[in-house]
Amino acid sequence: MGTLHPISGIAGLIAMSLKTTAIFTVVMLVVAYTTLAERRVSAWIQDRSGPNRVGPFGLLQPIADGIKNFLKEETLPATANRVFFVLAPIITIAPALVTFAVIPVAAPLPTPWGVVDMVIADVPIGILYVLAVSSLGVYGLVLGGWSSNNKYAFLGGLRASAQMVSYEVALGLSIVGVLMLAGNVTLTEMVWRQQQLDMWFALPLSLAFIFFLVSAFAETNRLPFDMPESESELVTGYHTEYSAMKFSMYMIAEFGHMVTASALMATLFFGGWDLPGSWDDAFWYGGQLISGFAADGSVILATPAWWKTLLTFAGFGLKTGFFLLVYIWVRWTLPRFRYDQVMALGWKVMLPTALAYVMLVAATILVLDEIGMPWGFGYGLALTGVSTLATAGFLLFLDRGHTIVGAAALDRQRTAAQHGHTRRPVAAPAAD
Amino acid sequence: MIDILFYVFAAVAIGGSVGVVASKSPVASLLFMVVTLASLAGVFVLLEAHFLAAVQVIVYAGAIMVLFLFVIMLLNLGHDYQKDLRWGLASLLSFAVVGLLAGLLSTRLGGSALGGGAGAEVIDAAIREQGAVGAIAQPLFTTYVVPFEITGILLLVAIVGALVLAKRHVE
Repeated sequence: MGTLHPISGIAGLIAMSLKTTAIFTVVMLVVAYTTLAERRVSAWIQDRSGPNRVGPFGLLQPIADGIKNFLKEETLPATANRVFFVLAPIITIAPALVTFAVIPVAAPLPTPWGVVDMVIADVPIGILYVLAVSSLGVYGLVLGGWSSNNKYAFLGGLRASAQMVSYEVALGLSIVGVLMLAGNVTLTEMVWRQQQLDMWFALPLSLAFIFFLVSAFAETNRLPFDMPESESELVTGYHTEYSAMKFSMYMIAEFGHMVTASALMATLFFGGWDLPGSWDDAFWYGGQLISGFAADGSVILATPAWWKTLLTFAGFGLKTGFFLLVYIWVRWTLPRFRYDQVMALGWKVMLPTALAYVMLVAATILVLDEIGMPWGFGYGLALTGVSTLATAGFLLFLDRGHTIVGAAALDRQRTAAQHGHTRRPVAAPAAD
Repeated sequence: MIDILFYVFAAVAIGGSVGVVASKSPVASLLFMVVTLASLAGVFVLLEAHFLAAVQVIVYAGAIMVLFLFVIMLLNLGHDYQKDLRWGLASLLSFAVVGLLAGLLSTRLGGSALGGGAGAEVIDAAIREQGAVGAIAQPLFTTYVVPFEITGILLLVAIVGALVLAKRHVE
């Protein structure tokens, strides 16, 4: 088994440039077709047809949109601050495009020259790199809003900065649980630990997943958190004054963030490229590509194959695509929050609950490690039990007896209130 | 390769910090500050301090500077002000003194007292053993836990102080 070594040298350079080009192209294509998917799904939800004229099923619509945006006139408001106005969309789009570099997209691919990891850069800080780079994206929104010299755009920019800084806290705390379970911050190791657990982290960390989902919506400024561009109050917020390709760059950035956030949800909580069963497990351990440990602690070598890479890539794509669909689905289902509701949810509900949940998960992990529970399905099951209780409690608290308790209870409350209302005027004269 | 990258990051960091003091608009100053912080993070990466680089960008460039920007814009300070930097004998003299001090520091401490020469290998070994975060977290929560907690309390006191100062004007 001497052939299983990581690819290096000239072949490594070629593989790296091919990988980078391929992943960049695929991400851009997914971004383009998510815009189409959003319009088609929204049309479907609202019982319309949606764009279906350009090509079969409207499949060439993103290309037509792109050409239109290139050919449109670039407007530059007379009172805008020229430098920052041009700089802002560039600052926004760059972080959205480079975050995907650390996300592993498939099982390692064996080639005659060595094994190619299906991730552009497996940097040692992994998820922190994603947080660091995506936290820079807010400058583009704020600067765009400010430099437009337009009150609506300015308000949108201010809201963007307040909202994104607020929800970064909840986002970071929701990841802490994953870090504690994975024991490291690199995304490849997170996938590996989920393979070894025989369970994806969405179950043992269900509440963290809910927090991550909600804060990811807020961080990408998608409905119901699209305060920075709420059309009914702020025209379109920070990009009110933008047109043509500069506007398009803001849109590409927004959808790029959506794609990255969906890929992160798949990687952190749904096993990344892992598929059910342990036939595809693979991880670099001490210079060897292994698929697990035998009972006596010795390593079992992995057997990578091109069809495994293809299948796991399809699995990863399916998971990411599902979360993109959730993004669109939620946007066309829920109304927008009020601004003070967004802030209250972030600081008064999510932050304290996420902190308490981190403590709960840490305590459970400590107990499980102390009683010597081996890392495996039983470990995951124990954590799942604790997390399910926490999630149920949180949902009941948020619900305040509206939906989960049921319409019947609400009906009882209403009739009780009505009785109380009609009885009181009758009783009042008697008391006099 | 690493040498070239170091000089690129260093030049951008120095250029950025000159931009902070030399630009008229507070917003431009702030953006130059972000550029400086980001290129310092690049230098940290070259020193194998990946976690420090990430924290530098997440905390300073991504959160604190955004709040600065928020305040500048809320108070509408964003429009052109007069330059803070006035060229004169005093400023030339202060530049000379700072340059001299920096040169003295680098010749006295460079590669010997601070780094100890073997810094990179020690850090490499720690990262291999504990991961990029564990290499910092381990000493932080064992050897240096008291200074770490005291720093936390200091920050808390500063927050409470700021709140007290802000509240006094409302009443």
